[in-house]
Amino acid sequence: MEASSHDVLLVGGGGAGLRAAIAAAEVNLKLSIAVVSKVYPMRSHTVSAEGGAAGVAKSDDSLDEHCYDTISGGDWLCDQDAVEAFVKEAPQELLQLERWGCPWSREPDGHIAVRAFGGMKKRRTWFAADKTGFHMLHTLFQTTLKYPPITRYDEWFVTKLLVDDGRVQGVVAIELMSGKIRAITAKAVILCTGGCGRVFPFTTNANIKNGDGMALAYRAGAPLKDMEFVQYHPTGLPFTGILITEAARAEGGYMLNKDGYRYLQDYNLGTPQPKPVLRSMELGPRDRLSQAFVKEDQKGRTIQTPYGPIVHLDLRHLGEKLINAKLPFVRELCQKYQNIDPVRELIPVRPVVHYMMGGVSTDIDGATPLAGLYAAGEVACVSINGANRLGSNSLPECLVFGARAGRAAAAYAATQQVPDGKVFAQANDERRRLETQFLFRTGGHERIATIREEMQKTVETSAGIYREHASLAKATHQLRELQRRFGDISLDDHSRTFNTELESALELGFMLDVAESIVQCALHRTESRGAHQRTDYPARDDNKFLAHSIVSRNFDGSSRVEYLPVKITRWAPGERVYGETSKEQSKSTPIRQAV
Amino acid sequence: MADKIILEVARYSPERDAKPSFQSYEVPVYKEWVVLDALNYIKDQVDGSLTYRWSCRMGICGSCGMMVNGEPKLTCATFLSSYAHNGSKVRVEPLRYFPVVRDLVTELSDFLVKLTKVKPWLIRHDEPPLTQGEFLQTPDQLDRYKQFSMCINCTLCYAACPVVGLDPVFVGPAAIALAQRYNMDSRDQGTEERTAVLAHPEGIWGCTFVGECTRVCPKHVDPAGAIQQYKLKAALDWVKSFVMPGEHKSKDVRSEAAND
Ligand SMILES: Cc1cc2nc3c(=O)[nH]c(=O)nc-3n(C[C@H](O)[C@H](O)[C@H](O)COP(=O)(O)OP(=O)(O)OC[C@H]3O[C@@H](n4cnc5c(N)ncnc54)[C@H](O)[C@@H]3O)c2cc1C
Ligand code: SF4
Ligand code: FES
Repeated sequence: MEASSHDVLLVGGGGAGLRAAIAAAEVNLKLSIAVVSKVYPMRSHTVSAEGGAAGVAKSDDSLDEHCYDTISGGDWLCDQDAVEAFVKEAPQELLQLERWGCPWSREPDGHIAVRAFGGMKKRRTWFAADKTGFHMLHTLFQTTLKYPPITRYDEWFVTKLLVDDGRVQGVVAIELMSGKIRAITAKAVILCTGGCGRVFPFTTNANIKNGDGMALAYRAGAPLKDMEFVQYHPTGLPFTGILITEAARAEGGYMLNKDGYRYLQDYNLGTPQPKPVLRSMELGPRDRLSQAFVKEDQKGRTIQTPYGPIVHLDLRHLGEKLINAKLPFVRELCQKYQNIDPVRELIPVRPVVHYMMGGVSTDIDGATPLAGLYAAGEVACVSINGANRLGSNSLPECLVFGARAGRAAAAYAATQQVPDGKVFAQANDERRRLETQFLFRTGGHERIATIREEMQKTVETSAGIYREHASLAKATHQLRELQRRFGDISLDDHSRTFNTELESALELGFMLDVAESIVQCALHRTESRGAHQRTDYPARDDNKFLAHSIVSRNFDGSSRVEYLPVKITRWAPGERVYGETSKEQSKSTPIRQAV
Repeated sequence: MADKIILEVARYSPERDAKPSFQSYEVPVYKEWVVLDALNYIKDQVDGSLTYRWSCRMGICGSCGMMVNGEPKLTCATFLSSYAHNGSKVRVEPLRYFPVVRDLVTELSDFLVKLTKVKPWLIRHDEPPLTQGEFLQTPDQLDRYKQFSMCINCTLCYAACPVVGLDPVFVGPAAIALAQRYNMDSRDQGTEERTAVLAHPEGIWGCTFVGECTRVCPKHVDPAGAIQQYKLKAALDWVKSFVMPGEHKSKDVRSEAAND
């Protein structure tokens, strides 16, 4: 089998992967660093992020306040040591990106401009108009081009982690262009494969977001954390699931029910004001807004469409000038994909699966419990997002923890030997598996799309915005049955060259594992917290569940869920309060001052 | 509106075919469907071997470019219904002028080499420590290069450019626009380094001003404008090198742009 070898190998070329690659290169320009990505790096889904990236920037703000907003927003499930490191390093990382050329939006005097964002009490979200992720990703990608140590494997699909002697020593990947199956060995591997929104039927996530890295880690023996916490974004366009960024509400957009009424006032989110108020009404946190939608729907106050119930987002009062200056992409998306103009018309929206708080369990340097394996970005759970991520925290998360993981992996790689021949035997087994079970496979009865759709429906009905025991228990069986049927898929495509059907089949396999971990974690957490709302256990239970769910795979392929206490440094768990009363609450000072 | 439409899709597999051929599929037309939705329908329901790239379905990742009835288009941003009237046939082919890997997938490595060649990163002679804060840049200075920074690398402009068709070494519209994105950035000091690549027959002098690139660009990047700007500047420098032999050849496109 053909093979190549590197010091540090990144799986994924999105925001986290590219940042990690540069960080590793800067540790030592003599290192050999590989970025393996199933799409060209600038196609990664970081490109679609619109609103912005949070980092304390102005004198009226403080690190403690960003910590507090993040921790309370996460319903006290965040590890506070991780949040503190994150908040401290985020501004430096955003500034570093400025130095690399990122076209951040500016104040008239030339300084960086910041905007308000949901759940954030102060203005601290850096933005590049409403194409923040696009500009960040292209800046990072273009910057990597000047680093000779970075070798790219564009359009290579990773199918397996090679583990020998208790440590990860590389990957097996398919070069899509030729169909060759190859081992790429490395002293350290960093997973930066992004989220898993495609496990659900209606999502803002691109076709490539299938939880590959989560499944790769899980299969290799590294546990996943907090998989039950899936974020719905309150404003997706019906049918396409295209996201209308929260920035639209931060600039002053209203959420209206079918009577044109700002319904959020009925859900403990404050009283309506003409101008946006931070942490109030439309700027409340995402989980609460999505939950309010479901309640409003139950009251019969949403509008029924062929693509399900919707409410309206109203930007008309903002005026054409502001919309063009601050929200040009929102206007473009509405016009091109929904055929409406937000300057004059109401935007139909509904909650849409957006972000995975859970992921591969790591420490604050991105290290997983499995030696040689690191993870950063949406695939990882450090955890700074707890039970609900605040908008604009995840782009800087990719930068901060991408950089940390890159440095840590480079340091670890320096202590390791080049992987030996044993992993090649494993790689050969993997090649045989891919060939016999997929590529050369004949017969079979199930279409990939059928199983995928049934899986998506199963996960949505059981682990959607509201959950309860009976449907989760049922989903457990349904997913097991789908796993069985996956063994009987039929494939039309048997050629080597750019076999996207093979890719889809492998992605479906990954998603089935991820779906199971979501449902199991949701089943076992018998409380409600942040994005995890159980109708049969509506209260938060700090006695039992101020803890992360840790899900691992047993030898027989089944899963087990255990709990790991949350790390509290300075902020005792409190109640999450939004609206006017949040002014009282937000004063909530740390229980211990920083040293 | 027709509720069915015929998609004629170019098929080619190097393992099987000597040359590309067309295969027809009947697909339903829904109001909100884009051409890409029809391809996904075929792949999911009819023929899993149909091969094409896509990811974001929101016109930002740049992967779904194809020829639709002879025009380079982002298939995720092109409504199927807009073709439903005239004879109800839509032809979908890989982007023109690129080698075809399979079906609708083109070979992009040459494009990536061209992008890299123009040094598309911020070049500085000094690196002040981060503690000194950001490089200041006013909204006006940002506006000067903003348009050229919007490129999603979809390569539609290459498929539209007759020069690319005739001369494969031409670096092409998107790469020149990207070079100009950095040249025009008030924080950049790399114009001279980039000139070495651009003021060359394979660079800007290859362009014959057809302007098709700007017309097809889904992100209004205006590569033709970038080339025009650059040519003017390079011609001016060339003249200057005769008039004022002592003067250094290529100073800064930016400083001149700032004066105009
Ligand atoms: C529409 C939208 C808007 C958003 N807006 C914001 C925002 O305003 N602010 C904010 O903070 N966050 C936002 N987010 C969230 C944020 O964009 C993501 O969490 C973040 O970009 C994820 O980056 P990443 O590097 O972890 O993964 P990605 O950018 O998704 O990259 C994943 C990479 O892994 C590679 N990969 C995956 N599987 C494999 C495999 N098997 N083999 C090889 N390579 C593989 C892919 O090719 C890709 O390069 C938004 C998300 C969406 C969907
Ligand atoms: S310049 Fe326009 S058409 Fe050309 S690659 Fe960039 S976005 Fe596409
Ligand atoms: S699928 Fe991303 S641009 Fe069309």
